[in-house]
Amino acid sequence: MTLNNIWVFAQVANGAPTSATLELLTKARSLSSNVTAIIGGDGASGAVLGEFGATKVYAISHGATLPGVAIAAALKSVIDGGDTPDLIMFPQNYEGRDVMARLSVKLDKTVITNNVDITDGGDGVTVVTPIFGGNTLVETTFTGAGPFLAAFRPKSFVAESAGGAAAAVTALTVPDLGAAGAAQVLAVHVEETTGPKLDEANIVVSGGRGLGEASSYALIEDLAKLLKGAPGASRAIVDAGWVPYSYQVGQTGKVVKPTIYLAAGISGATQHMVGMKGSKNIIAINKDKEAPIFGVADLGIVGDVHKVLPKLIEALKARG
Amino acid sequence: MIVCVKQIPDPAAPGALDGATNTLKRDGKLILDDSDAYGVEMALQLVDKAGGGEVSLVSMAPNGETSGLRTALAMGAAKGVLVSDPALQGSDALTTAKILAAAITRLGGADLIIGATESSDGYTGTVPEQIAELLGLPSVTFAKKVSVEGGVLKVDRQTENGYDEVTCALPALISVTAGVVEPRYPSFKGIMAAKSKPVEEVTASDLGITPVGWAGAGQKISNIAQAEARQAGEIIEDDGESFTKIVGFLENLKVI
Repeated sequence: MTLNNIWVFAQVANGAPTSATLELLTKARSLSSNVTAIIGGDGASGAVLGEFGATKVYAISHGATLPGVAIAAALKSVIDGGDTPDLIMFPQNYEGRDVMARLSVKLDKTVITNNVDITDGGDGVTVVTPIFGGNTLVETTFTGAGPFLAAFRPKSFVAESAGGAAAAVTALTVPDLGAAGAAQVLAVHVEETTGPKLDEANIVVSGGRGLGEASSYALIEDLAKLLKGAPGASRAIVDAGWVPYSYQVGQTGKVVKPTIYLAAGISGATQHMVGMKGSKNIIAINKDKEAPIFGVADLGIVGDVHKVLPKLIEALKARG
Repeated sequence: MIVCVKQIPDPAAPGALDGATNTLKRDGKLILDDSDAYGVEMALQLVDKAGGGEVSLVSMAPNGETSGLRTALAMGAAKGVLVSDPALQGSDALTTAKILAAAITRLGGADLIIGATESSDGYTGTVPEQIAELLGLPSVTFAKKVSVEGGVLKVDRQTENGYDEVTCALPALISVTAGVVEPRYPSFKGIMAAKSKPVEEVTASDLGITPVGWAGAGQKISNIAQAEARQAGEIIEDDGESFTKIVGFLENLKVI
């Protein structure tokens, strides 16, 4: 099997392609010289997409209609028109999952999500998916004919510029969606954050249920600020409403790979570990010495976060 | 109102793969996926607010296990359809969506179909959106706040940087995030009542969906490997001075 025609679902934030987009384009161009970027909107970022390996851009303006249903319908029209990809790579996030799910039904093709790698070998196209908190790697090979639909976790590949020329942009129209297109966005709300972004910070300090109550999260914020890092959270305290979802590290939140990850009062559920195991150094503080987080920690402190963190914060403040 | 629910092995027990089939072992008792309790609660609250209607469940399992469904019935759902068939083992997300969509159609459809953003065991995260496409319905995924006003759905939809306010005509499908509502604990009365609530068991072929299981999946497991294990480092008990260890660790890495 050789992948001749690869599509990458690209996304733009604040006028620039997201890091996940550049990672996927980098991987795609290592598999094929014919890479098309699919983008919601007007395709103004064609230059950067080209630099990272896209030879063509399909731009799909969908207005207030949610992207999943609209982009999938536009892509189906192109495929019916004769441009059939062998593989479509999606980022593992909200829009990526919605577009690939809708498209999988239209094409009657399987989807494989949560992947961290892909190979194109003699036996076919195979993706690698970590399970059980990343302890086991499942290799799954697509069977039958393409297009193969696969979603990849952030930071699975390292983005590198190819120095390519700007990609030619073709605008696609969204066909009539009928009742399926009824969901419309009325307003967009952005939750402001200060300091480095969680998934780009060199140091991440995360808190979990072991903090006991929402007000104790201030310890996490203080420590993160002192270390010029970003505060993060386990799903448990996001679900409990202590901090916004944008703080969540894990399977359903952000994947982080900082130089230092400090987990305070986090037991280390699979859900969480998947999002932080790639950190270069891990420090864990937890009362329960049997907590799974200690299995991956470079430095583990068995103790109460309410006792350890204030002393640590004082010591760091004293250093100035 | 129809809620798609999954019965999963207890997540507190370590997961294991069946050596013969490379699928997740689901032979023990199955419980209601926590992620689905939010959808069940959401449906019950919307029905209460509307002052009428009922909540039905659809679920799929390779065996006839119903204990997870009984939990949702004990919370207040009225009835369920369980698509149970050994042939379903190995089904991919698309086949699962086809089965659940057919089960929903068998129940006569619904004004609102609710699913979770992803299951806690397989976490593919595409099934609700695939069901919407199969049924020709609009969908709002990753809903973190939901209301119905004058027959129109209003949803705050989680995004990477915040949330979008989305409106949608019914019928529609939503997938809800964990924490969207606080799931109730079944009462003793609810648990007793659940025992006699109807759960219709049907097979994939009853629904006219073939092929299913591995035969219908556009994928096969080609290898299982152990990831390189991360070595645990130094673990110490806090003696009141352990913070100095952390300071030293940070100094070594030259971040302070």
